[in-house]
Amino acid sequence: MRGFLAVLWRDLRLALGGSGDVLTIVLFFVITGAITPFAVGPDQALLSRIAPGIVWIAAFLAMLLGLDRLFRPDQEDGTLALYRLADVPLAAVVAAKVIVHWLTAALPLIVASPLLAVLLAMDFPTFARTVVSLLLGTPALAAFGAIGAAVTVTTRRGGLLAPILIAPLCVPVLIFGVGAIAMGGGPDQAGAALLFLAALSLTALALSPFAAALAIDWGEE
Amino acid sequence: MSIETAPKISWWNRLAHPGQFVALTRPLVWPLAALTAVLFAAGLWFAFFNSPADYQMGDTVRIMYVHVPTAWLSQFVYATMAVSALGTLIWRHPMADVSMKSAAPLGAAFTAMALFTGSMWGRPTWGTFWEWDGRMTSTLVLLFIYLGIVALWRAFDDQLRAARVVAIFTLVGAVNIPIIKFSVDWWSTLHQPASVFTPEGPKMPGSILTPLFIMFFAFTFLFLVLQLVAMHTEVRRRRIATLERRMARGSAA
Amino acid sequence: MIGLGEHAEFIIAAYAGIAMGLALVIGWTLAAARSTRRRLAELDTRDRSDRA
Repeated sequence: MRGFLAVLWRDLRLALGGSGDVLTIVLFFVITGAITPFAVGPDQALLSRIAPGIVWIAAFLAMLLGLDRLFRPDQEDGTLALYRLADVPLAAVVAAKVIVHWLTAALPLIVASPLLAVLLAMDFPTFARTVVSLLLGTPALAAFGAIGAAVTVTTRRGGLLAPILIAPLCVPVLIFGVGAIAMGGGPDQAGAALLFLAALSLTALALSPFAAALAIDWGEE
Repeated sequence: MSIETAPKISWWNRLAHPGQFVALTRPLVWPLAALTAVLFAAGLWFAFFNSPADYQMGDTVRIMYVHVPTAWLSQFVYATMAVSALGTLIWRHPMADVSMKSAAPLGAAFTAMALFTGSMWGRPTWGTFWEWDGRMTSTLVLLFIYLGIVALWRAFDDQLRAARVVAIFTLVGAVNIPIIKFSVDWWSTLHQPASVFTPEGPKMPGSILTPLFIMFFAFTFLFLVLQLVAMHTEVRRRRIATLERRMARGSAA
Repeated sequence: MIGLGEHAEFIIAAYAGIAMGLALVIGWTLAAARSTRRRLAELDTRDRSDRA
């Protein structure tokens, strides 16, 4: 447990201090959302209808963008090799990194999402639902992302490959994420979607550290 | 009468040796290829000359004879890959690596063909080339997964390391595919009435089932033949890599 | 040959696509097999002459 916390603190300090990566990811998120009206036109009614989808896509892309710094810096300076030899199980290290990834690449997006809500003419109930669905869904994105980053960490072109590998696996997260917001006609499935989303996040969080740790361990030998 | 003194090698261990595997399975290739050709000829004959047009779908039912087998293969090949991945991870069976690697591009090809014939079928029946219907959507996602796996194989230089990493990803994908399928079904029924496409199932008459059945086996055997040949090629490719390394060392010394 | 009805072009396109796809897959598999076999034979003879 102490090792787990130590890794957590170290990565958190590294992510927040100096490099400015967090700000870049937030900016990417906001700009992606803000650029959509230029593509689909400034029609308020249309924008407010598709706003939840835009916010989810922007969050999804922003999180994929941040994937490469999950393991690569540690791989390059040899820290990852030390983690493999450490007393702390590698899966615990990966779990700590997933949590840090979520704290630095997902939570800031949720904090910044009111900005997009205003720009995309979301009403308040929709916005509240969007925040809840992002809170429940982004952990799954972080967990899947960890698998993608772990699988590609030893390859040279991994940075480009991980998003391609992960995107198809994230389809259910997007479906239930947006489904939990949709307030259109027909039977209200939002509650069910929210539960599916939570189940997906919990399962992914529980299993992905082991898969990612296995991939790192066997990819390095 | 002779007494066997040499330790008996089980068929499993014999298969594990790449050279032995090639020697054992090579005689299978030509008979299987011939069988595939015969099945294809018979299937095509039935498909075009000896099966009636469906009373509802008309002649477009003939597209089904190539669509259903490719759609089946798109899933069967992934199952092959997943079983091979287990072989790689649990038994470290060398031929499992090879099988996994040669199946990936074949699976991608068959999935692409299933999507193509599906859209050729969809245009006359549904009036559109692409419908975001549950099956087509999850097949598309499956194609993306195949392509990702092919790309992942190519990203590694060391094939032994690649095999283990790809095996993990293949299994992660295998766990995910049912979830994807479920979510896509949920999503497509939410957005449109589910009446576009009722499963044909057992109410098909025998005259349609015969060509379907034959084509189904033709495509499956074709996959087996291609898989065997591709596996032999991969074994040789690895041998080439070893030889090249050894020669590079030799010339450096 | 039978008539293919009103949607003949789609049926023909589907079968043509399958034929092309299968030809591509088979051709690619055979080409890879042939080129690796040739390269292996080449390396084997060189290897043998190196050792001799």
